[in-house]
Amino acid sequence: MSVLVYTESDNGSFKKNAYEVASYASEVAKQMGTTATAIAFNSNENTNLGNYGVTKVLNVSNDQLKTFNAKAYAHAIAEAAKNEEAKVIIVSSSSDTKFLVPIVVGKLGAGYAPNVVAAPENINPFTVKRTTFSNKGFAHTQINTEIKVVGVSSNSYGLVENSTQVDIEDFNPTFTASDFSTKSVEIDKVVGKATIADADIVVSGGRGLKDPENWGMIEELADVLGAATACSKPVSDMGWRPHSEHVGQTGKPVASNLYIAIGISGAIQHLAGVSASKTKVVINTDPEAPFFKAADYGIVGDAFEVVPELIEKLKEFKAQNA
Amino acid sequence: MKILVCISNVPDTTSKINFTDGNTKFDTTGVQFVINPNDEFGLTRAMWFKEKQGATVHVATVGGPSSEPTIRKALAIGADEAIRVNTEPTDGYFVAQQLAEVVKKGAYDLIIAGRESIDYNGGMVPGILATLLDMNFVNTCIDLQVDGSNATATREIDGGKEKIATTLPLVIGGQKGLVEESDLRIPNMRGIMMARKKVLNVVEPVEGIMATNDIKFDKPAPKGAVKLVDAANVQELVNLLHNEAKVI
Ligand SMILES: Cc1cc2nc3c(=O)[nH]c(=O)nc-3n(C[C@H](O)[C@H](O)[C@H](O)COP(=O)(O)OP(=O)(O)OC[C@H]3O[C@@H](n4cnc5c(N)ncnc54)[C@H](O)[C@@H]3O)c2cc1C
Ligand SMILES: Nc1ncnc2c1ncn2[C@@H]1O[C@H](COP(=O)(O)O)[C@@H](O)[C@H]1O
Repeated sequence: MSVLVYTESDNGSFKKNAYEVASYASEVAKQMGTTATAIAFNSNENTNLGNYGVTKVLNVSNDQLKTFNAKAYAHAIAEAAKNEEAKVIIVSSSSDTKFLVPIVVGKLGAGYAPNVVAAPENINPFTVKRTTFSNKGFAHTQINTEIKVVGVSSNSYGLVENSTQVDIEDFNPTFTASDFSTKSVEIDKVVGKATIADADIVVSGGRGLKDPENWGMIEELADVLGAATACSKPVSDMGWRPHSEHVGQTGKPVASNLYIAIGISGAIQHLAGVSASKTKVVINTDPEAPFFKAADYGIVGDAFEVVPELIEKLKEFKAQNA
Repeated sequence: MKILVCISNVPDTTSKINFTDGNTKFDTTGVQFVINPNDEFGLTRAMWFKEKQGATVHVATVGGPSSEPTIRKALAIGADEAIRVNTEPTDGYFVAQQLAEVVKKGAYDLIIAGRESIDYNGGMVPGILATLLDMNFVNTCIDLQVDGSNATATREIDGGKEKIATTLPLVIGGQKGLVEESDLRIPNMRGIMMARKKVLNVVEPVEGIMATNDIKFDKPAPKGAVKLVDAANVQELVNLLHNEAKVI
């Protein structure tokens, strides 16, 4: 009857969101008077989950699952849920997880609340608070089914350390050929760089930068901050930047600690997708740009003057605080 | 090939969001409803399959009579037939069950849905639908090619993309990228006239699980005013980010 949590890893290491969902699952388990069990695929770091209150890890180690496969992973998670008689399943909001969750939900006949931003408000009836209308509202959602799936919004609950003894058990789900009926044939992905989904800081450029040639300073700023780079929709539509960098309502969602918008006006569709970020900074020549209403800090000024200056000051700051 | 495009009827992206009836309902006063942007990309891709590969394209929505203008718009853009399941779409699982019934009756090979509806942001209908029907599923799909019963779908992943090989019957959760922005179509007069003559079947819902319900809504607390830093004093921004916001 434990709470099951899917802890996501990449190349053997847990993603940051794994510790966040583990923290969340421990809290739910505490509220329900039970324990939190994690399921992890090919992770070398299972014991780390004990730092966040997880008492048992179902360790799936299987070469066929080295590359993410939504259907097969979903099958394994559903099987684990049945074995553990889990009534609550906690997952993250990463794009891979959002791919597999509806499959788990369909298999288990579960109710699913995505984009949840806080610990359950109530256990019976099971009620959670989640964002809706692209961050323009919150819904308090009741899940009525026996099995409940909660998708935790990135960077909303945070990490809660809670050291426990963790047992690691091997778990070998039984697969059939149909679990592998969608096959990954090619992955084309930037390596060694922070991605929008994982980064603590995102530096984003808009049409105000005027030319793709001018992205050098955006990349340099991102480099200094260890940040991911992003862009507004027209910038990706014009082919200045790859589509995978487009953020906003119809692009990738951003929920970083710091979002820096440079030469971006702050159209409602852009803001909808980035407003979950904790601190927002805008640099724009136009004091009337709507982004100033959504930002915490702003500089009215020319990006071509302000950004190089900011890079210098940050380098000095890093040197002093190294 | 028989394609079903699932269309969610949503408030226009510029809509102000308010709630009514003691914050238990979305306030539709003055709100313009449109085809969910993710579905618009999917519908446009379906038109490509119709024109280039001779596919038949139906559209379906689960919604009350007020969703008809949106589904008519999909007909005006070029879909051949429409189905409306006459019930309020309040829960993703329930919607998926209704659509599963439509798919079974229509024997579709390819179901194009969107990665998420921009209103309730469920992001679940296509994946649940695929699972209920035991079909293949690819989410956040940005390119789709079909050759006989084989499909190659590219999906967006964090920091890049992944190409996936699979077979029909297939459900995708589509999004921007599936077609070029410039390929999106605005219905013209001829399309609108023709749409009036096309079949729009209204069917009653089947029984389903109401897995979730939203009991109350609220809005984010109003934001405090922005702190402006002088462009000549960029150091101040670094200080604020470090000492006050504590993000660097
Ligand atoms: C259905 C729909 C969905 C959409 N989804 C998205 C989405 O997901 N994401 C998204 O981003 N947009 C989206 N949009 C588009 C959105 O409405 C805006 O058109 C877009 O966000 C504007 O991008 P921008 O801010 O880069 O460009 P602009 O609005 O052109 O703004 C450029 C800004 O740069 C400033 N500027 C100019 N020169 C400088 C300088 N030297 N230094 C500093 N600042 C300078 C200007 O003052 C201006 O504010 C969507 C639109 C629709 C209709
Ligand atoms: N009421 C509905 N009628 C038809 N299709 C829907 C409906 N709701 C959702 N969908 C489809 O499922 C996708 C994802 O929606 P959701 O799971 O609600 O975020 C949408 O982009 C549509 O393609």
